[in-house]
Amino acid sequence: MDDLYRDYILEHYKRPKNFGELDPHDLEAHEHNPLCGDELGVHIRVGDGRVVEELRFHGHGCAISQASASIASEELIGMELDAVATLDADWMLDLLGIPISATRRKCALLSLKAMRAAITGEGSWPE
Amino acid sequence: MATTTDTTLDIRGDFPILARQIDGRPIVYLDSGATSQKPEAVLKALDDYYRYHNANIHRSVYLLAQEATELFEGARERIAAFCGGETRTTIFTRNATEAINLVAYAWGRHELAPGDAVLITEMEHHSNIVPWQLATEDTGATLRHLEVSPDGLLSLDQLDEELAKGDVKLVAVAHVSNVLGTINPVAEIVRRAHAAGALVLVDGSQAVPQMPVDVGALGADFYVWTGHKVLGPTGVGVLHGRAEVLESMRPFLGGGDMIAHVDIERSTWNELPWKFEAGTSMIAQAVGLGAAIDYLAAIGMDRVRAHEHTLTEYAMAGLAGVEGVRIVGPAERAGLISFVIDGMHPHDIAELVNRDNVCIRAGHHCAQPLMRRLGIGATARASFGPYNNIADVDALIASLGRAREVFGL
Repeated sequence: MDDLYRDYILEHYKRPKNFGELDPHDLEAHEHNPLCGDELGVHIRVGDGRVVEELRFHGHGCAISQASASIASEELIGMELDAVATLDADWMLDLLGIPISATRRKCALLSLKAMRAAITGEGSWPE
Repeated sequence: MATTTDTTLDIRGDFPILARQIDGRPIVYLDSGATSQKPEAVLKALDDYYRYHNANIHRSVYLLAQEATELFEGARERIAAFCGGETRTTIFTRNATEAINLVAYAWGRHELAPGDAVLITEMEHHSNIVPWQLATEDTGATLRHLEVSPDGLLSLDQLDEELAKGDVKLVAVAHVSNVLGTINPVAEIVRRAHAAGALVLVDGSQAVPQMPVDVGALGADFYVWTGHKVLGPTGVGVLHGRAEVLESMRPFLGGGDMIAHVDIERSTWNELPWKFEAGTSMIAQAVGLGAAIDYLAAIGMDRVRAHEHTLTEYAMAGLAGVEGVRIVGPAERAGLISFVIDGMHPHDIAELVNRDNVCIRAGHHCAQPLMRRLGIGATARASFGPYNNIADVDALIASLGRAREVFGL
């Protein structure tokens, strides 16, 4: 078993959950990783009580960035928007559950960056 | 599949870093397109310079200063000769990027005006795109580009069409693409551009390290390259200019060393090449680069090119045998290969082969417009230096096989 490319990571990479576009949608963001050129877009439909009713992500990236988007998307659906805005890097890294080196950190955090940007309109890297 | 020939070099032992082992296994360095490793001769030249000769140049009369000046100017002379240039038109810069910016500021900001155009290509490194975006924005000139065909080539017909519009003041083009490996017909581009009254800047960053380059024969008005890709240290690059153009230009940076006479209100400029070298130069680095080109000249750039050609052909054949691999760029190329693997992102490829100490680059290679043209976000790239050998290629191919297994491909 590979430490980084665990079965569930590769499973999410090959068959990502909530991948695609969502029309109509209420919120969206498009973020990229300037180091590698990976791109990730997010569409969100907001339900009653300001919760994430539906979410789709799209774009291209490595196994780490695609799996993180897929895994995060499952957690985010049903979450209140205000709560999403407060999620930090540790939340994402814990959720991924694999050792992320400094050089792959942005791969792991790109999806959270995009998802937070869609909700807050502010696309800083999660810390 | 190609086999070793009498053109194959065996110089790995000259490069101390390649003797390093990681987890008991050798380093397979296949990222010379990003930066080259350094031979013992270069490390010794840097060390000797600081240990025995260090002083500031061009000023003091004492012996150390004389030695340092002779080492620095001697390196310039040999570097100029190595590239077929003249000593007084061979200018030291920090790197190729700074050399291009020197031209974009000292030439572009004064020669470009509304109604003029700068012509670049889609296969340029960001360093030969962004300075021209800034220069054309500042001057009101327009920026146009030549397209790259699906097989990774420029079209001379499209060049002619652009030149026929009559407004092109400068053509800026890579000699060798850092992504595709394409060797552009720069002598022919220069001939056609000059016939249309345009100047030409050639980015030789990927060419000078791996093939004979004669800037005099190419005839470009500006030819730039960087030392650290040519077995030299970081922090030194070269601009070869055409004397008449350099003479007509204003200085780039103002300061010490680049002046002839300074009054409190105005100054006059030093002669070429020093007019473009303000402040204390990268003395040790230039000396180190001199040692690097001495090392390469002793081997012969024809042999370096033949060696890397052999490795590249061997690697192309090997990669073609790995399931799911698609090679990007033309069949005939310089010593670098960009590729993608179905079902595996280039970053994951680079991460996994690193476990076998195989060093390759993954990403957009500072060529995002080209990536968009190719319709891919990123590639993996293996690039060769004169110290690489067939075993390095075999290690890459074997490692790619293991990477595919991890991904269940």
